[in-house]
Amino acid sequence: MADVVATNETIVVVGGGISGMTAAVEAAETGKDVILLERSPSLGGRVNQLYRYFPKLCHPTCGMEINLRRLRGNPRIRVLTLAEVDRIQGKAGDYKVSVTIRPRYVNDNCTACGACAEAVTREIPNPFNYNLNKMKAVYLPSAMAYPQRYCIDPSLIGTPEAEKAKAACPHDAIDLGMQEQKLTLTAGAVVWATGWRPYDAAKIQPYGYDRFANVITSVEFERLADPRGPTQGRILRPSDGKEAKNIAFIQCAGSRDRNHLKHCSRICCMASLKQTHYVREKYGDEGQSTIYYIDIRAIDRFEDFYQKVKADPRVRFIKSKVANITEDKDTGDVLLHGVDTEGYHRYDARHDLCVLAVGMEPSADIRAVADVKVDASGFIQAASATDGIFGAGCATNALDVNRAVQSATASTLRAVQVVNRMAKVEGQ
Amino acid sequence: MGDLNTSMIEKYRNDFLKEVEANVEEGQWVKMCMQCGVCSGSCPLGPSWEHPPQEIFMMIRAGRRDEVLKSESMWMCTSCYNCIVRCPRELPITHIMHGLANYAHRLGLAPKMNPTRRFAKIFWDNIAKSGRVNELELSMRLYFMDGFKSGVQKGLEMKDIGIGMLKTGRLNPFGLFAHKGCKDIKGIHKMLKKAYEIEDRKKGFVA
Repeated sequence: MADVVATNETIVVVGGGISGMTAAVEAAETGKDVILLERSPSLGGRVNQLYRYFPKLCHPTCGMEINLRRLRGNPRIRVLTLAEVDRIQGKAGDYKVSVTIRPRYVNDNCTACGACAEAVTREIPNPFNYNLNKMKAVYLPSAMAYPQRYCIDPSLIGTPEAEKAKAACPHDAIDLGMQEQKLTLTAGAVVWATGWRPYDAAKIQPYGYDRFANVITSVEFERLADPRGPTQGRILRPSDGKEAKNIAFIQCAGSRDRNHLKHCSRICCMASLKQTHYVREKYGDEGQSTIYYIDIRAIDRFEDFYQKVKADPRVRFIKSKVANITEDKDTGDVLLHGVDTEGYHRYDARHDLCVLAVGMEPSADIRAVADVKVDASGFIQAASATDGIFGAGCATNALDVNRAVQSATASTLRAVQVVNRMAKVEGQ
Repeated sequence: MGDLNTSMIEKYRNDFLKEVEANVEEGQWVKMCMQCGVCSGSCPLGPSWEHPPQEIFMMIRAGRRDEVLKSESMWMCTSCYNCIVRCPRELPITHIMHGLANYAHRLGLAPKMNPTRRFAKIFWDNIAKSGRVNELELSMRLYFMDGFKSGVQKGLEMKDIGIGMLKTGRLNPFGLFAHKGCKDIKGIHKMLKKAYEIEDRKKGFVA
């Protein structure tokens, strides 16, 4: 990585999801040099793991493809994967960003032919599918992965299997001796776009996510609906592989709750409304979706989306936060217990599958690497006039894709201004 | 028109919410309820309540004063605290239920024959007398709460436990005559009198 040249007119973007990619592309297209750091082996982040976006229900491959094309075609962007920031020091216009790069064990020669993966047998959980299935320990992170290069899991190193993979490679792309690297980048401004992670559903003890196979999260449900997912797009429940036609969606699973996340995660209502479309798409009139909610918050322009879903006779809305879930051991069905607010009727409702619309929390704590203010939920607060570190996307708030991209563009604009100021000073 | 208007205003006035906020312990929390229903669903005695807590909060806000204060519902609370633990807004629901029950009792609106109310009354009179519970007297009063016959019946049902307690020294057989109260019984009574005065003044009860 000695070829990474950075000056204090460089913008470092941390996080290679939709926000980070947008920030990198926007900055580079204004003529700035950008280094894009991504913790995982490939770009794309959580958006890539969705089946469809709301409200237009198109596939994320589309939006990602456009961004990837802009990114690939721009010589000003340098992408570093498997890279994590250890520390950011300095001030606006003059930052030193310390980065650790974990070894991929595969170099630039890789053509993604897949011969190495065929040569090994060891399997590991597949994080792209939220560990719902397994994959080879030598893997391409996803079909859309950029860079299109295989990656060897560290657990394979030192085993005979690693040697087998190396022997199978026709392009001499595997380097089992690759070491962890530390480097320090100079930057004028930093865009922090580390995104979100789903709230740990196991912490909502009465819902039994950790005890009942047929209680899953909304992000896992995306993978079940996706043809590239573990079930090839069939909505099958985890306990017995039965088709799940009667599905419950529980809103505010962890959000708007002082025992869990204090904030409203904003996207979950729309996500569940969207996911009722998946049920209809797969099962038609045989499918039944039931949404348990406190309030439906179809934010902003999405009210008409809500109204359309409401008009679907195969979607029921029950105004109630579910109190707890039990499992029928004989059938694997889940039983939802609670009291509804419209009439105060007690219910014990049976469903094939229960999807928890889990909330968003920041995936990384920036305070560990830089002195930046965050709010009560850990989201980055707006920078002051003298700052050069700017939060973008879901690192700053619970946002949908559309708003995350807007946020990234806004932060990029501010980063570009810092770098422009530096250029002027140096020009004098 | 005038009459209709007045009756509608009467229907929606929120005097009762204000009354609850002022006079009921932790009553200021009632307006924070967002009607999610987790308290009602989590309550182990939930199915036995006529109006679950969530509904009580809504009834307070709807100004249904008589229905709330004459209700048996809040007397069902066993203080298991499940609702407080689960409430996404951390409302002290258990305390509000006890506060409502106490307020209804002080106003004389609480259901007269409610067993929880009667037990609470017997317990309080017992402990307030000497500053320390007289266990024998307390259990006797409870047994004979519904008359002589049922008292004897209940006593016979519990006799094995009673004898066991006598043997292990957990029950003083002469408790009715030789109950040891607090050292300063007069002082306790003075304190309680003062506390009543303060509460009555604060909440506008006629002493």
